[in-house]
Amino acid sequence: MSRVHDMGGRFGDGPVVPGSEDDPIFAQEWHAQALALTLAAGALGQWNLDVSRHARECLSPGDYMAFSYYEKWLAGLADLLVMRGVVTRAELAGAIPAASTLTDRRLKPEAVAGVLARGGPASRDGAAPRFAKGDRVRTRHPTRNVMVDGGHTRLPGYAAGLVGTVELLHGCHVFPDANAHDQGEQPEPLYTVVFDAAEAWGRAEAPGDTVSCDLWESYLEPVA
Amino acid sequence: MQGAKLFGGWREALFGLRPKAPTRHPLGREARLSGIVSGASEGHGAAMPHDHADDAPPHSLLPPEPALRVKALETLLTRKGLVDPAALDEIIETYAHKVGPRNGAAVVARAWVDADFRARLLADATAAVAEMGFAGRQGEHMVAVENTPEQHNMVVCTLCSCYPWPLLGIPPGWYKSDAYRARAVREPRAVLAEFGVTLPDATRVRVWDSTAEVRYLVLPMRPEGTGSMDEAALAALVSRDAMIGTALVAAPT
Repeated sequence: MSRVHDMGGRFGDGPVVPGSEDDPIFAQEWHAQALALTLAAGALGQWNLDVSRHARECLSPGDYMAFSYYEKWLAGLADLLVMRGVVTRAELAGAIPAASTLTDRRLKPEAVAGVLARGGPASRDGAAPRFAKGDRVRTRHPTRNVMVDGGHTRLPGYAAGLVGTVELLHGCHVFPDANAHDQGEQPEPLYTVVFDAAEAWGRAEAPGDTVSCDLWESYLEPVA
Repeated sequence: MQGAKLFGGWREALFGLRPKAPTRHPLGREARLSGIVSGASEGHGAAMPHDHADDAPPHSLLPPEPALRVKALETLLTRKGLVDPAALDEIIETYAHKVGPRNGAAVVARAWVDADFRARLLADATAAVAEMGFAGRQGEHMVAVENTPEQHNMVVCTLCSCYPWPLLGIPPGWYKSDAYRARAVREPRAVLAEFGVTLPDATRVRVWDSTAEVRYLVLPMRPEGTGSMDEAALAALVSRDAMIGTALVAAPT
């Protein structure tokens, strides 16, 4: 039921290499170009954030692990551009580009500051929350998108089937499991649910350590 | 596949090839074989993307080298009128020079000196940081989590790389690394040790996995001996990593 991006808790990755706070923001010039291109292409409005996350998650495990961070972005972008008909496979491979009907959506330089400053809030009006702060809940097990087989979901595998405590309520947010698959936003109440580390991992590094996830209501069921 | 054999797109842009293509060889074979462009002059040999099968993922059609891959995509989208290179420059300029961890450090310093602001920050961080002009993409729903002697907070995104851009900028490489994503949730203290941070066992560690659009800012503990420092001097003490929760703020030496 898993995809390669869902790596929380995995063994074998070796040490984290912190680097310096003074390291360049973009280690390579093309990293900056890849980020900017992804944002500018997103502004064409042919997909949403959840669709673009899912595109990266759908990279084959071989590609996902072989690609560096911004290579994943680029690959996801190229795949999305073709999937949405913005470009053709032939154009990606080097054919002379055909005219596009989307040119009036091109992000203009003078619009960049406003677009980045506005962002895209995910909060929506919606149903009242079923759970309250302090409620005990159990997460779905196994984690999966119940509408689309193999589809996008934001319940990590390590947090599937755990009992935790509702700590924060965030109102209703766009539901990624639907929004990533063009099934509309279907907003649901969103909660921060905290789990005991010993419950999640079988053993905690120290008693009382906890881990939390931000989870949509349909991932959760009440625990009596 | 047919279109993949035409020349004039990214290969021309990248290698300066300017064949008479898209005309096709009278015998129906691709222009490359007609001698307009020799395989040798392309220097790609067996790695030519058009060797892929039709069901290969689209990204595999791009050049193998990442810098050329991004250049090819940019060239294609620019030629189609879908991307303005000046807009790309503007985006890069924003995150290279305008939006970064000094924003978050200013928020932390204000919370240290202004109890009312600290209370507003902990109650509704999105609104509180907006008072200071910080808002936008990847910071639409902010929550500030306060370190105390009882609880140390640490932020990760195990599923991708969610991070509070308006306050901290673009995440550092280690934050996006497999090792951090995999291990921060399971063994945060071991990861902290790799950052040179050792916490007392009596301090609980709380890891916040950013699985939705909520973005977390760690409000570090104010170090001893800083009572006389003003907001700007305090902000200078606050590192990016301290606001992710992989560092503490040290007292000034």
